[in-house]
Amino acid sequence: MTESVLIKIALVTLFLPLIGFIVTLLFGKRIKWLYWFENSILIITFLLAFVLAYFKLAYFTDQTIISEFQWINLGNVPILKTFTIELGIMLDNITVLMIFVVTLVSLVVHLFSVDYMKGDKRYNRYFAYLGIFTFSMLGIVLTDNLLMIYIFWELVGISSYLLIGFWYEKKTASNAAKKAFLVNRIGDIGMFLGILILFTTYNTFSFDKIFYQVSIGNLPFGTELGLTIAGILLFCGAIGKSAQFPLHVWLPDAMEGPTPVSALIHAATMVAAGVYFMIRIFPILSGDALLVIATIGAISAFIPATIAVTQNDIKKVLAYSTISQLGYMIMAIGVGAYTFAFFHLITHAFFKAALFLGSGSVIHSMHHEQDMRKMGGLRKKMPLTYVTFLIASLALSGIPLTSGFLSKDGILAGTFAFGSLTGNWWFAASGFLVAFLTAFYMFRAIILTFHGKPKNKEKYEHAKESSFLMAMPLVVLSLLSLFFWYSLNPFNPEGGKLLSSWVKPPEISVPQNARYDFMKTETEKVNEANLTEEITYSPAYTNALRTAHYPTLFTSASLALLGILFAFLIYQWKFIDPDELANKFKPAYKLSFNKWYFDEIYYATFVAGTLALSRAIAFFDNKFVDGIVNGSAFVTVKLSAFTGKFDSIVVDGFVNMTAYLSGLTGLFFRRFQTGKVQSYLMFVIFSIIILLYIFK
Amino acid sequence: MIHIGLIHYLIVSSILFCLGIFGVITRKNAIMVLMGIELILNSANINFVAFARYGNFGNSGQLTALFVIILAAAEAAIAMAIVLNIYKMFSTINVDEIDTLKD
Amino acid sequence: MTVYDIIFYLFALITVGSAFFVVTLRNILHSAFFLLFALFGIAGLYVLLSADFIAVVQLVVYVGGILVVLIFGVMLTNKITHVQIKSGTLQIIPAAIGTLVLGFALIKIFLTTNWKTVQLSAESSSVQGLGILLVNQYSVVFELLGILLLIALIGAASMARR
Repeated sequence: MTESVLIKIALVTLFLPLIGFIVTLLFGKRIKWLYWFENSILIITFLLAFVLAYFKLAYFTDQTIISEFQWINLGNVPILKTFTIELGIMLDNITVLMIFVVTLVSLVVHLFSVDYMKGDKRYNRYFAYLGIFTFSMLGIVLTDNLLMIYIFWELVGISSYLLIGFWYEKKTASNAAKKAFLVNRIGDIGMFLGILILFTTYNTFSFDKIFYQVSIGNLPFGTELGLTIAGILLFCGAIGKSAQFPLHVWLPDAMEGPTPVSALIHAATMVAAGVYFMIRIFPILSGDALLVIATIGAISAFIPATIAVTQNDIKKVLAYSTISQLGYMIMAIGVGAYTFAFFHLITHAFFKAALFLGSGSVIHSMHHEQDMRKMGGLRKKMPLTYVTFLIASLALSGIPLTSGFLSKDGILAGTFAFGSLTGNWWFAASGFLVAFLTAFYMFRAIILTFHGKPKNKEKYEHAKESSFLMAMPLVVLSLLSLFFWYSLNPFNPEGGKLLSSWVKPPEISVPQNARYDFMKTETEKVNEANLTEEITYSPAYTNALRTAHYPTLFTSASLALLGILFAFLIYQWKFIDPDELANKFKPAYKLSFNKWYFDEIYYATFVAGTLALSRAIAFFDNKFVDGIVNGSAFVTVKLSAFTGKFDSIVVDGFVNMTAYLSGLTGLFFRRFQTGKVQSYLMFVIFSIIILLYIFK
Repeated sequence: MIHIGLIHYLIVSSILFCLGIFGVITRKNAIMVLMGIELILNSANINFVAFARYGNFGNSGQLTALFVIILAAAEAAIAMAIVLNIYKMFSTINVDEIDTLKD
Repeated sequence: MTVYDIIFYLFALITVGSAFFVVTLRNILHSAFFLLFALFGIAGLYVLLSADFIAVVQLVVYVGGILVVLIFGVMLTNKITHVQIKSGTLQIIPAAIGTLVLGFALIKIFLTTNWKTVQLSAESSSVQGLGILLVNQYSVVFELLGILLLIALIGAASMARR
C-alpha cells in the first residue's frame, strides 16, 4: 500500500457516486429496480472509504498525501504573470475521517430511504439526487485547493436545492428550495471574493502554497488587515452553508424536503461543510477574523436554541438544534479549539442523523404527521425507535457516557480556557446556557412524542415499529453515539486515538503579531540534543485547558441534567403548566415562537426597504427633479428654436448621408449572404489566402 | 533529377487537396460535393503516411490514416442518408438551390 | 531514374489526372469511375510508402465500400426519380483562381520548409507494428471508432428510412 494506491482509491471513491447518479438518472424511469444499483454503489464507496481511512491512519499517520496535475496553463497573462490552475486531491487525517463519516451517513440514509420513500413516483430520481450529493460532498472533502472547493460547494448547493424541492408540487417545498438557494448565494459571493483576493495575491488556489506564502510574510494588500478581510470573506461562505446567523433562515424551511434528506444534508454532512472549510483554512485565519467567527458562532448557538424551545414541529426543533450545534463548532474554531470543533463535527453528524432518521421513522408511522402535539405515547408502539432516539438525544444534550458529552465538553473547556486567558467570558457563558437549553428542548420533544397519552387515537392505532431497513440505520447511528468509539475514558475526550494522535492542530501561518496571544509560536526543547519542535499553542493555553477540564465537565453535565429535569417537571409530571408559563412570559414566548421575527425583519427591511426607497426616489423625482425640468423647459424652448434650424440643415444632412451610406454598404454586403454553403466556402478559401499572405 | 522523397508526396497531396476544394466549391450535385470531400480526406491521408515514412514517428501516422479512412466510411454513410433526406424535402440534390440558410 | 521513381510518377499521374477528371466531368457516373482510379492510384502511393496495410484498407474500404455507397446514391436520386444525370457547375472562374493560388501557396510552403527526414533502412511490412499499436496504445480510440461506426450505421439507417 503506497501513497499512489491511496490516491487511486480516493479517486475511485470520489467518482463512483457520480457514476451511480448518471446511470440512475438516465435509466431510472424505465428500469424500476435501479435504486439497488445506486445503493450497492454506495456500499462499495463506503467499503473503499473504510479501507482508505484504515490504511491512511494506520500507516501514514503523520503524512499529508497530495496529488496535483496542471489543468489550465494560459502562459503569460498581464498582471498575474504565469497563469496556471492546478487541480488535485489531498489526503490527511481530517480528510479520511470526513470521508468515512460522509459515506457512512450517506449509506445509512440510502438504506433508510428505500422503505421511507416507497411508492413515490420519482423514486429512482430521488436516489440519483442522493448520489450527486454524495459525489459533491466527497469533492469538497478531498480537494486540495480553493477553486475545486468552490466548484463542489456550488454542486452541493444545487443538489441541496434539488432535494429540498423534491416534492415540488407543494408550493412550500419549492419556495423553501428557492430560499435556500438564494440565501446561500449571498454567502457564496463573499466566499468568492475571498478566493479572488487570495488568488490575485498568491497566484495559486492551492491551500499548501497559500499557507506557505502567508507564513513567509506575504500578505494580501501587504497588511494583516488584508488577511483578516480575506478570512472573514471566506467565512461568509461558511455562514451561508452552515446556516449561521444572520443567514440561518433557510435551514428551518429546508425541512420541507424528505426527512432522510434532512438527516443527510441538513444535519450531518452538507451544513458541516462550512465548519470543515473553516478547519481547512484555519492556518490563515488571523486573530481578528477568529474573534468575528467566534462571535457569529456564539450568536448562532444561542438564538436558535431559544427558538427550538417553543416549536411544535418535530423537524423544526431538530433544525434549530442543528443551527445551534453548528454555532458551537464555529465558536470552537473562533476560540482556537480546532480539534474539538472537528470532533464535535463527527459526533454531531452521527447523533443528529440518528435523531432525524428517528423522527423520520415516527413521521412515517404517523402518516406524515409532524406536529408533536398530536403524537404522544409512541414509546410502547415503537420501542426501538424510542431507545435509539433517546440515546441520540442524550448525546446531543451532553450527558456522560455519550459521544456528544466528550466533544461538547471539549468545546466548553476551550471557551473556558479562552475566557481565562483573554478575560472574554461571553463565549463560555453562551456555551453553558445553550447546553442547558439543548437538554431542555430535546427532552421536551421526547416527552411530547413518546411519553404521555396518545393525542390522536386514530393515527396512534395505526402506528407500528418500522421495518428492518429503517430500524437498522437507527441502531448503527445510535451505537456510534456512544463514547467508547472515540475514547475509552468516558470523561476525557483525549483518551482515544482520535484526538491524541490523529487530529492535531496545524501549524499557523498567520504572522505572530496578528494571532491570539496564546497561539504565538514558541520553540520547545524536546530532548537533550537541542532538537526543538514548533508548537501551535503556548504552554499557558495547554494549562488553562487542563484546569478548565473538570469545572466545565461538572457544570455542563449538571446543567444538562437540570434541563432534563425541567422538561420532565413541565411536560411529564405537569408540576408547571406550560401554557401558564407561556402566558407569564408572554413577550419572551412570542419572540421565541415566532423565531425572533427574522423572516419578518428581513421582509420589513430588505423587501419593504427597497419599496420605501423607491417611493422616496419617486417623491424626489416629482418635487425636485420636475421643478428643475420645468424651469429648464422654458430655456429649452428658446434654445430649441435655434437648434431646430441647425438640425434641419446640418444634422439631417449628416443623418441622411449616414443612412444612405449604410444602405449602400448593406447592398454591397448582402450579396455575400447567399445562403449557399459553397459560396461561404469560397470566402473561406480567399480569407485563408489573405491570411497566408499576411503571415508569410 | 533528385531522388523521390517526402516533398514529392507532399506536392501530390497538395494538388489533390486543391482539386478536392475545387470540386466542393463548383459542383452543383451534392454527391459530387461528397466526392470532392473524399479527395480532400485522401490528400490528408497521403500526408500522414508520408510523414510516417520519412519522419521519426513510428507507425502512429499510418494508424491515423487508418482512423481517417474509418471516419470517412462513417461520414459517407451519414452523408448519403442526409442527401436522401434533402431529396425528399426539396425534390432536388443540387446544393445551389438549397439556400434556406439565407433566411 | 530508378524503377521506384518511374512507378511513383506513374501512380502520381494516375491519381492527379483522375482527380482532375473527377472534378471536371459533367456526368456523375463518369466522375465516380474516375474517383475509383484516383483512389486506386493513392493506394499505389501507399504501397510505395511501405504502408501495405493502409493500401489494402484503402482498396477494401474506399473502393469497395464508400464508392459503392456513392454510386448507390447516384442511382437512387437520379435514375429512379428521372433527374438528369448530368450535373451543372457554378462559379468556376473565381474557384479556379482561388484554388490555384492556394495550391501554389501550399507548394511554396512545402518547398521552403526545412523538413527533418529520417531514412528508414528496413522496409518490412508494418502490419504487425500497427496491430500491436492498435490494441495497446490506441485501444480506447479503436473501441470508440467501433462505437462510432455502429452509431453511424444506426443513424444512417433511421434517417434514410424516415
